[in-house]
Amino acid sequence: MSGGEGTIVQFDNVGLRYGTEREVLSDVSFALYPGSFYFLTGASGAGKTSLLKLLYLAQRPSRGVIRMFGTDVITLPRQALPAFRRRIGVVFQDFRLVPHLSAFDNVALPLRVSGVPESEIRKPVADMLDWVGLEQRHDARPATLSGGEQQRVAIARAVIGRPEILVADEPTGNVDPDLALKLLRLFEALNRLGTTVVVATHDVHLLKKVPDSLIMRLDRGRLADPTGALRYPPRREVS
Amino acid sequence: MSKLPSPLRRNAPRFGGGDRAGIMQQSRLAGPMPWVIGIMMALTVIAAGAGLALRNLAQNARAEIAGGVTLQILEGGPAERARQAEVAVALLSNREDVAEVRRVPDAEIEALLEPWLGAQDVPEEDAIAVPALIDVRLVGPVTPRRLDELRAALAGSVPSARIDAQASWLAPVFDAIRSLQWLTLGLVTLLAATTAAAVWLAARSALGSNRDTVEIIHLLGGTDGQIARLFQRSIGLDAALGGFAGLLLGLATLALLGRQFARLGSGMIAGGSFGLTDWAVLAALPLLGIVLAMLTARLTVLAALRRML
Repeated sequence: MSGGEGTIVQFDNVGLRYGTEREVLSDVSFALYPGSFYFLTGASGAGKTSLLKLLYLAQRPSRGVIRMFGTDVITLPRQALPAFRRRIGVVFQDFRLVPHLSAFDNVALPLRVSGVPESEIRKPVADMLDWVGLEQRHDARPATLSGGEQQRVAIARAVIGRPEILVADEPTGNVDPDLALKLLRLFEALNRLGTTVVVATHDVHLLKKVPDSLIMRLDRGRLADPTGALRYPPRREVS
Repeated sequence: MSKLPSPLRRNAPRFGGGDRAGIMQQSRLAGPMPWVIGIMMALTVIAAGAGLALRNLAQNARAEIAGGVTLQILEGGPAERARQAEVAVALLSNREDVAEVRRVPDAEIEALLEPWLGAQDVPEEDAIAVPALIDVRLVGPVTPRRLDELRAALAGSVPSARIDAQASWLAPVFDAIRSLQWLTLGLVTLLAATTAAAVWLAARSALGSNRDTVEIIHLLGGTDGQIARLFQRSIGLDAALGGFAGLLLGLATLALLGRQFARLGSGMIAGGSFGLTDWAVLAALPLLGIVLAMLTARLTVLAALRRML
């Protein structure tokens, strides 16, 4: 596959296997465009989380080429990966909050990783926690937060550094429908600010909630293209 | 919904908050590291102190006997012995290469030998013949050639003279001291290696217990160097706590031992006392310990992180 000009992510014939097992992803090829909103769907075990792991550089593929931000990230030395990871925000399926840190410190973590001075951390983190509706829970440890609150802390942490790509793995899986919609609105707000959003979900009702979204469907490790989102260029311009 | 915060700086080599944000879970003091390092440091200070004391003792003893020559007049007849001693003193006093000549008084020799031979309360001709001793201090070091020259000079007029360098008497003592010095050096090296091994284990254990946090930091764009710095700082603090406690314990032990040895009243042992430089060396040991611990922790963590993506 060639082309992909103006893409922020491009996968070409990517395959992934763990150990000597059969491939969990096979011949996956697609491109993501800056400022787009994508849903990644598929049944449980279809390979959504594996694909997202490749997207947020937690895993290297067994074969194929992955270009991100115009660079082949497969051949990059591992020392160069952190700079790319800082451009990607991730909402993990299991939140992966640091249990001994408060909600504030969890959200501040990407900024601290980026070396932001402490004096410049307080206000943005407080603003971000307010943004996700946790203004009263700054000092709470994850264990004392409800599932929805943990989810919002995880989202706040993923977007605090204003990533170019936001990857969310089943972000509404543990919350009620009202909160799911609210979280989706948060992603849309971020998307309107220019962030490319990729949301993995098996909830088909969610797909209709974001009218401008593009859908990628995984079926047993292979990618389908119901909206043409994967073409070069995609079927329609995305604002 | 309020406005999103503005974009923030990226790619800094250190954590914001000066690595003090409590990102890794610590169990300082509750864990064994400060105690282990403290004990190691105390033993290191004692071993190093012993090594320094032995070095000082040997140096002082060498300086004291440098150029020292003992002349014995091995003559049975008291009168002839006295005559030859006088001739020897006169001859040696006139030589330019001799700095000092002192005939050891008979009373002093008798006092030295009294514990073994008893009091010599008998006429001189009936007493056990004891050589006359002359303490000679040469200008410059004693060499076999200079000893031969002295023997040749005395051979004609003092036929019963026997000349020995004082250093030769103490050569076995110096050899033993040198062996002990090597032993203390070996002990310090072993203790340093053991401390490094303990830090290696502690760093790996800390890395294991913080594995999830490390993975999250990696995925958020944290570098190996940033993560290693968190661990090395934590272990550095443990090493500082343990190191200075160990230094105090080691110094207290050395002070106690010093008092015990001082009671012996031996001039040679008194030469082993510490100078300002020695105290400075001992005080620097915890700093070296901290550097060793931090370096070991950093290398251990970096090696482990290299196996992660």
